[in-house]
Amino acid sequence: MPSPRVYQTEAIVIRRTDLGEADRILTLYTRDLGKIRAVAKGVRRPQSKLGGHVELLTHSRLMLARARNLDIVTQAQTITNFLPLKEDLERTASGLYLAELVDAFTAERAEEPALFDLVLEILAHLAQSTRTDIVLRYSELRLLAQVGYRPELEHCGDCKAPLQPRTNFFSPVHGGVLCHSCGYHEPQARPLSLNALKVLRFWQKCDFATAEKVRLDVGLAAELEAVLQEYIRCLLERQLKSATWLEKLKHMPPTPSPRPSQQSADMS
Amino acid sequence: MSLSGAFYPAEPIARLIEELNRLPGIGPKSAQRLTFYLLRAPAEQVQALAEAIKALKERLQLCSVCLNITDSDPCTICSDPERDRTQICVVEEPIDILPLERTRKYKGLYHVLHGVIAPSEGIGPEELKIKELLTRLQNSQVTEVVLATNPNLEGEATAMYLQRLIAPLGIKVTRLARGLPYGGDLEYADDVTLSRALEGRQEM
Ligand SMILES: [Zn+2]
Ligand SMILES: [Zn+2]
Repeated sequence: MPSPRVYQTEAIVIRRTDLGEADRILTLYTRDLGKIRAVAKGVRRPQSKLGGHVELLTHSRLMLARARNLDIVTQAQTITNFLPLKEDLERTASGLYLAELVDAFTAERAEEPALFDLVLEILAHLAQSTRTDIVLRYSELRLLAQVGYRPELEHCGDCKAPLQPRTNFFSPVHGGVLCHSCGYHEPQARPLSLNALKVLRFWQKCDFATAEKVRLDVGLAAELEAVLQEYIRCLLERQLKSATWLEKLKHMPPTPSPRPSQQSADMS
Repeated sequence: MSLSGAFYPAEPIARLIEELNRLPGIGPKSAQRLTFYLLRAPAEQVQALAEAIKALKERLQLCSVCLNITDSDPCTICSDPERDRTQICVVEEPIDILPLERTRKYKGLYHVLHGVIAPSEGIGPEELKIKELLTRLQNSQVTEVVLATNPNLEGEATAMYLQRLIAPLGIKVTRLARGLPYGGDLEYADDVTLSRALEGRQEM
C-alpha cells in the first residue's frame, strides 16, 4: 500500500542547520517515526509561518509532505515551548546537550515512542529545575537504559560476583561496575565510591520527582558526572561539544543582575 | 538549446554554468542563461565582472577593530569621527550590519562575532570573536553593549553568555527588543514570540 503523501506527527526539534538563503534542515525526534530529517522552507525569514514553531528544543505538531530526498515541513503548531528552559543559560546549555545526546544515540527512522516521551519528560524537568546537574545525571542514566546501555550496578562486569559495599571500579568498556579485585587490574576502570554507587542504584529505580530529592555534595556530584561522562564518551568514541560548553559554564560566575549599579559602572 | 542529450558545451562554457549554478538562488536554467549572456557581452564588461569577483577575495580583510569585512583598516565605520564610541552593537555576521545601518537609527560602533554558539554544529565560544570583544572593552570608553544576535535559541544563548562576561566590567548590556515581525500575522506567531511581544507592550 503506498504511504500517503502528507502525514502528521509530534516532534521535538533536536538539531538544525541552515540551508540556502532562508531554509533549514531540521533534525526531528518524532513520536511516530523516531529520528527524521526534514526541510523547513523560508523559516529564517521573520514572516515565516513556521518560525518559532520549529525552533530548537520545541515540541510541536507538524504536518510533513513526502519528497524525493528530505520530507518538507508544511505546517507547524507549538505544543510545548519550554520557555523557562530557553531563558536561562544553564538550562539552555543543558537542553542542547540533551539534544546532542539523543541525536548521537539514535539512528534515523527507528521509532521508539518511549524515548520520545522520556525526552519530553526530561525537557519539562530541565525547564523547572534549579539543579540542572542532577536532572542531567539522572537523564543520562534513563537515556542510556532506553537506548540499550543500562549500566550494570549489582554484579561485577567481569567475575559476575555480587558487588561488596566498598569502593569498587567503574569500567566503561564493561558497561558497568567491576568488583575491587577485578577492577584493580583493569587500566581503563576508575574507582567508584560506595556513595556514588548507591546514588546510581537509587536513580536506576526511581522516578524523576524522587531523583531530584537526592542531596549531593560537590565531590559526589563531580564523581557522578565524571563516571557518566566517561561512559558516554567511551560509547560514542568522542566528546560531545555541548558537554565541553556545559563544563566551561560551570567555571563562570552566575548571571549578574541585568542592570549594573551606577557605582560599578564608575569603577572602570 | 538543451544541455542534455547529444549537446556537450565547450569546456569553458560548461565550467561557468557549473560555477554559477552553485550560487544561491541560481538554478541550472538561470546559470545557462547568464553564461550565454556573458558570451555575447562586450569584453570590457566581462573583464570588469571578473575583476570585481577577484577583488572580493583579494582586497578584502577583517577590520582589526570590529572584525567587519573591509577594504581599508580600520573600516569606514570604525574610522568615522561622527560615530558614537560609547556604544558597541554585537552582531553574528558582517551581513547583519547592513540592515541595522539602513535604519539610520544607530550611531555607535559594531563588533562581529563571526558566528553564534551552536554546540551541535561544533561551534563553542572559543570559535567566535568573543576574546577580541572583551579585549576591546577593557579600558575603553564604551558604556553600552547592544546585543543584536538573532532571536533564536542559539542567538539568545550567545547573548546570555556575553551578558555574563560583560556585566562584571560595569558596562550596561542591552538586547534588541523581541516581538512580532512587521508584516507578519498574529495567527501564525508562536507562543514564545507572542509572550515576549506581550511583555514588551507599550502604551500608545
Ligand atoms: Zn569481579
Ligand atoms: Zn571596524
